[in-house]
Amino acid sequence: MASTLPYDVQAIRTEFPILQRTVKGKPLVYFDNAATAQKPKQVIDAITHYYSHYNANIHRGLHTLADEATAAFEASRSAVQTFIQAKHHEEIIFTKGTTESINLVALAWGNAFLNSGDEIIISTLEHHANIVPWQMIAEKKDVVIKVIPIDADGRLDMEAFKKMLSPKTKMVSVVHASNALGVVNPVEDIIELAHQHGSLVMVDGAQSAVHLDIDVQKLDCDFFVFSGHKIYGPTGVGVLYGKKHLLESMPPFLGGGEMIKEVTFEKTTYNELPFKFEAGTPNIADVIAIHPAIEFINRIGKAAVRKHEADLLAYASTKLRLIEGLQIRGDVEEKVSVVSFTIDGIHPQDLAILLDNQGIAVRTGHHCAQPLMSCLGIVGTTRASFAAYNTIEEIDVLIEALNKSIRMLK
Amino acid sequence: MESYQPISATEKEIIEDFSMFETWEDKYEYIIDMGKKLAPLNDSFKTDDYKIKGCQSSVWIHSFEKDGRVYFEGDSDAVIVKGLVSLMIHVLSGHTPQAIIDAPLGFIDEVGLSSHLAQTRSNGLRAMIKQMKLDATAFKLKG
Ligand SMILES: Cc1ncc(COP(=O)(O)O)c(C=O)c1O
Repeated sequence: MASTLPYDVQAIRTEFPILQRTVKGKPLVYFDNAATAQKPKQVIDAITHYYSHYNANIHRGLHTLADEATAAFEASRSAVQTFIQAKHHEEIIFTKGTTESINLVALAWGNAFLNSGDEIIISTLEHHANIVPWQMIAEKKDVVIKVIPIDADGRLDMEAFKKMLSPKTKMVSVVHASNALGVVNPVEDIIELAHQHGSLVMVDGAQSAVHLDIDVQKLDCDFFVFSGHKIYGPTGVGVLYGKKHLLESMPPFLGGGEMIKEVTFEKTTYNELPFKFEAGTPNIADVIAIHPAIEFINRIGKAAVRKHEADLLAYASTKLRLIEGLQIRGDVEEKVSVVSFTIDGIHPQDLAILLDNQGIAVRTGHHCAQPLMSCLGIVGTTRASFAAYNTIEEIDVLIEALNKSIRMLK
Repeated sequence: MESYQPISATEKEIIEDFSMFETWEDKYEYIIDMGKKLAPLNDSFKTDDYKIKGCQSSVWIHSFEKDGRVYFEGDSDAVIVKGLVSLMIHVLSGHTPQAIIDAPLGFIDEVGLSSHLAQTRSNGLRAMIKQMKLDATAFKLKG
């Protein structure tokens, strides 16, 4: 089918060098964007440029290179601030990813503010990164973790959630969009309800930040976390947004350089935000390279990409439904561009192997959401996730390859 | 289950089989066929005790010794992996513990299996082989 989208996907594709390569002799079809997105040339160039022209340690040096590196690093912080509409520059903390951001909150906030008998609420849809850190602090602090159930399509049971809330609830930490199913959660309602009960809310935006318009002030979430590598940026850098007064009230997470104001052997006073939470030399190059990633998204426009991805998703879903025995998991209206499915009698691993031999990268397995998989009663799914540079033609390639794989396996 | 030829001879046969295949589809159809031919594993062995760690699918391998030779049986819930289990059993089953421990298994690279399987899956294959060799070592120590 010829593309009729009012969107120049071919021009976008030329910005991504990796899309030129072949896999096993076939043009690469990259449908594993929910795991990590490919990088436009500007992002790759920003890293090279930093190391070639102004590599220096930041915030401390008094020379030209240090000045330039510091300016670029802080410009990235400003870009992130605007990207999620944070009120203050210092509410943006750079971490190495969503996982570290969640661990930071669970540890720094949890250690300071959780007490025996308190409750934390997460959901069945969570990635392990939003389960395990809470289990670790819950064990230490004798805190109870409650889990919001879902229906068969992956929708949160909001009535059950309402009943879980109580004065004991101290934190609700939920995923904005499920990485395994693509389902978007009603975080606005969750935040409002949780706040009515005096609980804080953290939103895991690992999957939503690239697709949805994020306004943390409007959302009124207390913490919002995401990873650079899923928004066309580099690996090894992530973001923790926290409301200023909360971040100020939290003790530091790691001790060392950068995070201090004054150190004597008797007593250390901590630096102010955001540096209090950025101990040691940060990942300067990758933080800097998150800026061109955000510029890329802004230039194309999230709304335009969303429309394109929605078209891809609708087309893929329609074609997939025609395959006998195939069931889309999380088949709901409110979704990011993820389609996760199972096929009767076919193990996802077999599919992945055969698709890989046809140049197609999809994800199979439990997607780091084992509790969700066991709740759905499956070992795993095959997941195709789409990005700004994917095309309708690539979906045709996937469908053909799927049909061929199924014929081989049956 | 008797095996009369050395492991290296079975490896050579497989290399010859694979050399006739022109496309990746041929290779996989062969492996899938191997899986379908595998003798069923008794459900009592499909437990965690016999499960190979490091695979995305479930793989079980059960071994036993008879007259100084080690025999393997196995299964997997994924068809291609089951084919690999079948292939490894075809190569290793019915030999002495020492022969199994010493088997270089060069055919895996030679037929391009490791390059056809993405890294994470060839790890699964490696885990499977490691377990089979460990079982052989255990029988050797007992014997
Ligand atoms: C919903 C969700 N949360 C958390 C993470 C963890 O992100 P990272 O591995 O970048 O720390 C992921 C990544 O797959 C995710 O999809």
